Amino acid sequence: MPAQRTAPLLGLAAALTMLVSAPPAGAQPNELVEEGRRLYAEDCVSCHGPQGEGVVPASPGRGAGGVTGAGPPLLDAGAASVDFYLSTGRMPLSSPDEQPRRGEPKYDAAQIEALIAYVASLGASGDPVPEVDAKSGDVGRGLELFTLYCAGCHQIVAEGGMVTGAVAPSLFEATPTQIAESVRIGPYVMPSFDEGLIDDRELNDLIRYVEYAREPDDRGGWALGHIGPIPEGAVAWLVAGGALVLVALVIGERARR
Amino acid sequence: MSFVRRVGRWATAGVVLLLARGRPRPPAEVARILPLHRAGDRAELAVASLLLLAAAGGAGFVAVYLLGADTQLLGLSLGLALAFLAAALVLGSRALVPQVEEVEERGELVHAREEAAVTQLVEESGEGITRRRLLTAAAGTAGLALGAALVVPAASLGPVLGTDRLLRTPWQRGRRLVDARGRPLAADAIAEGIFEIAFPEGAPKDTLDSPLVVIRLPEEALRLPDERSGWAPGGLLAFSQICTHAGCAITLYRWPLFEPTAPGPALVCPCHYSTFDPATGGDVLFGPAGRPLPQLPLEIDGSGALRAAGPLSGATGPSWWGVRA
Amino acid sequence: MIRRAVGWLDERSGAVPLVQKGLRYVFPDHWSFLLGEMALYTFLVLVGTGVYLTLFFQPSYEPVVYDGAYEPLQGREVSQAYHSVLDLSFEVKAGLLMRQTHHWAANVFVVAIVLHLLRIFFTGAFRKPRQLTYYVGVTMLMLAVLEGFLGYSLVDDLLSGMGLAIAYSVVASVPFVGGNLVLLLWEAPFPGTSDFLSRIYVGHVLLLPLALGALIAIHLTLIVATKHTQFRGPRRLERNVVGTPLWPGYALRSLGLMCAVAAALLLLGGLVQINPVWLWGPYDTWLSTNGAQPDWYLGWLIGALRLMPSWEPHAWGYTFVPNPFWGGVAFPLVVFGFLFLWPTIERRVTGDDAFHHLLDRPRDVPWRTATGVAVFTWVACVFLAGASDRFFVQAGVPYEEQIWFWRAAVFVLPVLAFLLTRRLCVELGDGGRRTPASLGADRS
Repeated sequence: MPAQRTAPLLGLAAALTMLVSAPPAGAQPNELVEEGRRLYAEDCVSCHGPQGEGVVPASPGRGAGGVTGAGPPLLDAGAASVDFYLSTGRMPLSSPDEQPRRGEPKYDAAQIEALIAYVASLGASGDPVPEVDAKSGDVGRGLELFTLYCAGCHQIVAEGGMVTGAVAPSLFEATPTQIAESVRIGPYVMPSFDEGLIDDRELNDLIRYVEYAREPDDRGGWALGHIGPIPEGAVAWLVAGGALVLVALVIGERARR
Repeated sequence: MSFVRRVGRWATAGVVLLLARGRPRPPAEVARILPLHRAGDRAELAVASLLLLAAAGGAGFVAVYLLGADTQLLGLSLGLALAFLAAALVLGSRALVPQVEEVEERGELVHAREEAAVTQLVEESGEGITRRRLLTAAAGTAGLALGAALVVPAASLGPVLGTDRLLRTPWQRGRRLVDARGRPLAADAIAEGIFEIAFPEGAPKDTLDSPLVVIRLPEEALRLPDERSGWAPGGLLAFSQICTHAGCAITLYRWPLFEPTAPGPALVCPCHYSTFDPATGGDVLFGPAGRPLPQLPLEIDGSGALRAAGPLSGATGPSWWGVRA
Repeated sequence: MIRRAVGWLDERSGAVPLVQKGLRYVFPDHWSFLLGEMALYTFLVLVGTGVYLTLFFQPSYEPVVYDGAYEPLQGREVSQAYHSVLDLSFEVKAGLLMRQTHHWAANVFVVAIVLHLLRIFFTGAFRKPRQLTYYVGVTMLMLAVLEGFLGYSLVDDLLSGMGLAIAYSVVASVPFVGGNLVLLLWEAPFPGTSDFLSRIYVGHVLLLPLALGALIAIHLTLIVATKHTQFRGPRRLERNVVGTPLWPGYALRSLGLMCAVAAALLLLGGLVQINPVWLWGPYDTWLSTNGAQPDWYLGWLIGALRLMPSWEPHAWGYTFVPNPFWGGVAFPLVVFGFLFLWPTIERRVTGDDAFHHLLDRPRDVPWRTATGVAVFTWVACVFLAGASDRFFVQAGVPYEEQIWFWRAAVFVLPVLAFLLTRRLCVELGDGGRRTPASLGADRS
């Protein structure tokens, strides 16, 4: 099984764990929660508060050893949310005021599972990790939805873009599960899309399109990153212009007699 | 195919160049114009090989075309063929033909006699005319009238005086909002954090006055002008989706998960990044747009669907002279 | 054989004396004299590939259902224009090569013209007796930019639609008559009718190429009439031209350049993807994509549109100057106005009305060089500001900060560039002895 497929499975496992282990059953869930509590106390508490109640800026994060931070309450952070932020390495964040960006995840799958369990134990409820099946999606339908709802920020070939105040990342490293999670939870300044707007089938179409956009039909040759005129202009000036000026230098000088 | 012939001719040329070298030249009978020049063996062979390579490139292009026409191979073969031809020509110009540097006199640009003659010609031709001003005026009038006659048909290009068409909008009280697929938009479907593109039911979708962006903000976050009270039932806001700056579609919605550490809610245009504040009724927060995004008052009908409660707060689309800012 | 051919021609046209003179026409040897030729040969490639494209393109907004080879768009309603371009790219053999070569040629055409213009400006080649040649050249630059814009606007893909929306807004922003103008051109409020597409099509494939062709003819005729300029050097005087005659050396070299230009454009057209319209998808007024950009030669205008602060003077129910006017109309008017007026300005300042066939080195005339560099810097700042969004995405510098930086830089950097360039010229040159006043004494 390709590595890419493991992440959704792990996410699914985490979700199942949550669902199954809602009533305390056996020692394992408790161990998970304990492990989660330990990690939470280390990396999360200063911004999200000891009970996941969130911290507003400039108020000391109680129970965080005087460290101040600011972060949203986690009471509506379901497994999808926790898994998205942690598995993309967006959390933990070094400074609460910076935009969370994709990075090397700090935790392995088991630790993420533990944190999901711990946040759930705080009474948080929210979207579970969505189930996706990108293969069943339709590229064309996905493109249409992507153009309508996503391309404004993420660029039509998912190369990434910006709004004033934040970068909309390119989607090439996002796993299908992470794409689905972000659509549902709307991380940072991204809008969220519930099933009324984009249903599960359409979500698969979208993911299928994003996967297609990673290696689209580049029959024209070297694709220059699919972002259009900026690199094209650079090639026109530096490659074509440069080469032709060199040719002119060769041709234009008088031959030595 | 002319290509085959061309290839053939190049080949012949190459062979002739190879074989005919060293044949004695006919004795010069008249004074030479160009200095006697003898092309070196190596140069001749090099040019011939370059021409043959160009021929190969051309033939390659034909072959690629016949065998499926892969764009990259087509470009490569024809491009290289021309590059070799270019090299052959430049090398030929350097090594095969006599090298001369010439000094050419410019000659005079100013022709005093002819200038005087032309002036005189024009002046003399009009000397016998006495009613100079009358004729000038008449000719001027004729010119103007005929010029007008030439230009006037251009007015058929479009309804040049019908600028009220630019202010027309399908958004009147009671018009239902539908989504891209024509389904009525339910108020419940728009939760906080969602954005949806809506269109007027039963009107064309593709005009600048048609598409809306619909969002929901917490009611306590709204800071709408007083005269817009009741425009946003349950915090639901609808704005023209077309940027008032340069007519692009606003498909960027900034919705902070946690406002204290992220930029606040905004609608943003991807062309020049004009940023509008939905909470205040579409005011410009940043960027070049010169006036707010027009807002549509909303009402929720008995079936829970969204309808326009009146016209938009301003003209849709980019500004022009007749737009009240 | 040659004698017979020459005889045949002369008996039927009497043109051989002209041919003889033409073959001995002298071209000065300097690489920078080839930049204009480069533009000329690019134009030939544009005409050649462009004619091929017209054999397949259908200028119509009529909606059709896409049923071609590109899977992600199958079943989607698109315009006939867009459909025909997809077919050209996917189903016509060599169609994509021609289309991409054409598009690259358009980009390189303007590059060559701009490089040529810089050479003309900084060496003072526009001075008497070449003002007409220069005005014709600057006009061609304007037409080339417009021609390119119309070209990629025909396709009706997402980028071209967004570009046309902006063009519509810029035209609408003309004070007083903007609203009338857009109705005249588009026939109806945006996106207009299929007639509009026919109009820009006729403009793109007939009117503008014809105008460019005619101007090229005038440009070349004027060059032959005044003969080439040349740099100073041994034996080179105001009254002569020293260099390689057309025949045999220069003709071969120039044909070589033509082949090299065509080779470069075809290699780009075959190997480097440009404007993949199937990836952008079709346009509708309610759709847009992040990072939409015009082709590079309009990058300075998108920069100007983005830099302009939110300001729109209005009163009594009228908007006097809609915002896009500043970046989309006023800015290019100022830049082209500068280019058109410069020969007159320079003549007024120097009082120099003499013939000039010998070129200046840029360092020899510090004030002109410095002024040119300042204006160029100004335009370059605005141009770079147009790429701020991509720079934010790649490098993380917040967009708003960049925009504020450039809003200041467009005032500061040109001044710095002026001072620095003038200083540099003086250091490099002969101590700045050739001031405006002394230039008048430069006649020979």
